Amino acid sequence: MNSEMIVFLVLALVSIASALGMVFSRNAVYSALFLVLNFVTVAIFYLLLGAPFIAMSQITVYAGAIMVLFLFVIMLLGAESLPPSATLPWQKPLAYVLTSALAVEALYLVFTRARSSELVTSPDASLNSMESLREMALQLFSQYLLPFEITSILLLVAMVGVIVLVRQEKAGQK
Amino acid sequence: MDWTFWLEWVIKGFVLCLILLTGFAYLTLYERRALARMQIRIGPNRAGYQGLLQPIADAVKLIFKEELTPSHVYKVVFFLAPILTVVPSLVIAAVIPLGTQFEIAGRTITLYVADVNVGILYLSSIASIAVYGIVLAGWSSNNKYAMMGGIRSSAQMISYELSLGLCFVIAIIMGNSMSLIDIVNAQKDMWFAVIQPVGALAFLIVVLAEVNRAPFDMPEAEQELTAGYHSEYSGMKFALFFMAEYQKMIVVSMITATLFFGGYREFWFLKDTFFSVDYFWWLGPIYLFLKVIALLFLMIWIRATWPRIRYDRLMAFGWKILLPLSLALAFITASGILLAQELSSPLLIWVIPVFSIIVFLVTVALINRDLRRKSYGRI
Repeated sequence: MNSEMIVFLVLALVSIASALGMVFSRNAVYSALFLVLNFVTVAIFYLLLGAPFIAMSQITVYAGAIMVLFLFVIMLLGAESLPPSATLPWQKPLAYVLTSALAVEALYLVFTRARSSELVTSPDASLNSMESLREMALQLFSQYLLPFEITSILLLVAMVGVIVLVRQEKAGQK
Repeated sequence: MDWTFWLEWVIKGFVLCLILLTGFAYLTLYERRALARMQIRIGPNRAGYQGLLQPIADAVKLIFKEELTPSHVYKVVFFLAPILTVVPSLVIAAVIPLGTQFEIAGRTITLYVADVNVGILYLSSIASIAVYGIVLAGWSSNNKYAMMGGIRSSAQMISYELSLGLCFVIAIIMGNSMSLIDIVNAQKDMWFAVIQPVGALAFLIVVLAEVNRAPFDMPEAEQELTAGYHSEYSGMKFALFFMAEYQKMIVVSMITATLFFGGYREFWFLKDTFFSVDYFWWLGPIYLFLKVIALLFLMIWIRATWPRIRYDRLMAFGWKILLPLSLALAFITASGILLAQELSSPLLIWVIPVFSIIVFLVTVALINRDLRRKSYGRI
């Protein structure tokens, strides 16, 4: 058992515990904080796999930007604590069925597909350099240029949509 | 990896923390003395020679102050928030190079903790994490004013983070790398602040907003929110917020110096002379120190000069002025460098400052027109 394995096991424990904490917490702010912790541990997994760029993007985008917005909305709406009982009676059994189906599916995939020889290991050190970043950027802006541009146009449409929605509301009030 | 390697890391991290902690203590003295000078006062000069022991006296006072925890707070988060504010302000300094390297007992010691190849992304990710401390302090205090301070700070920091990212992009394009060490070395021939003066100015404004310094200190606007997010904090926990604010000032000055003002390097026209860091490694930290002192003075000067900007104008300034401006600057920088490369004439690089200054003047004219129109409307 080398040091990397120990780090992995500790992190795995933290990430599973934080995911469970996120689901079972009755307070929305605590849920959001557990999710942030989970994102950060996932980012460290990426670092262990030798992908610093993805790791830093994970922290910046998910743990930083998106979760701060979540917190912002939770605090602004004052929706911190859940009501004590579920509002829809059929929701709970359906949720149990669906989650157990998902769990079975995931376990099936893990036990059929994953063999020790095919396990993801850290790529060699040459990938972990500035050159890999350059290579990724080149791929992104040459081979995958069209999907990239389409994604950015989608985001732009979403932004314009938000502005239009807000404006209409204001006009209606007047 | 042998144990000396670990020892080197531990010592470097320890020294960096020590620099930031003592730096924080003496920055408070520096700020108080400089502010006093600008307001024709004397400032603290009783403890020790010229008040040099004042920070130690303050620290002793803060440690012995009564620690008060209000009964209505969310306890866990209330304790966590000051820690979450201080830690990012310390760890962000890990990628900033303080100098080149030197040899001791046959070992090359580099003057930075880590050379991360995605250094700038590291900076932006830690900067985005730094919001949590303030937001959570505001929320967990369970107090209207603290809450508003927290919400304001999150809105402000998210808004200005976009321009911060674009200013980072300018430095990345010019340095042709994301590693801060490469960026510093790329400034050997010319500081980036000379090629892209408006970019450096925009970056300075954005980092002022990111560290909640005057005139952008909305999260703690006293006349509106008592003390904003740290209203309910006292004793050492308050001291931690105070510490984080001043450490952030030091760190962003270091980052600004590194990205636009040559980092630990000398003036570009001194590059092959006796004053170069290539001759004496120990000049590196001294140059960086002097630059940081100058930038900190600028921040204190701004605080003494300008009143706080109104909140809606702060948001409008971030979204409607700084974001388009920094986008335009990134575009100009990229095209200028592409032109110089494609036509292989290095003189074309001076297209960048010319066009950026034109864009800057247009921006100023537009702001001026807008403000004038508004004031007419009010009459």
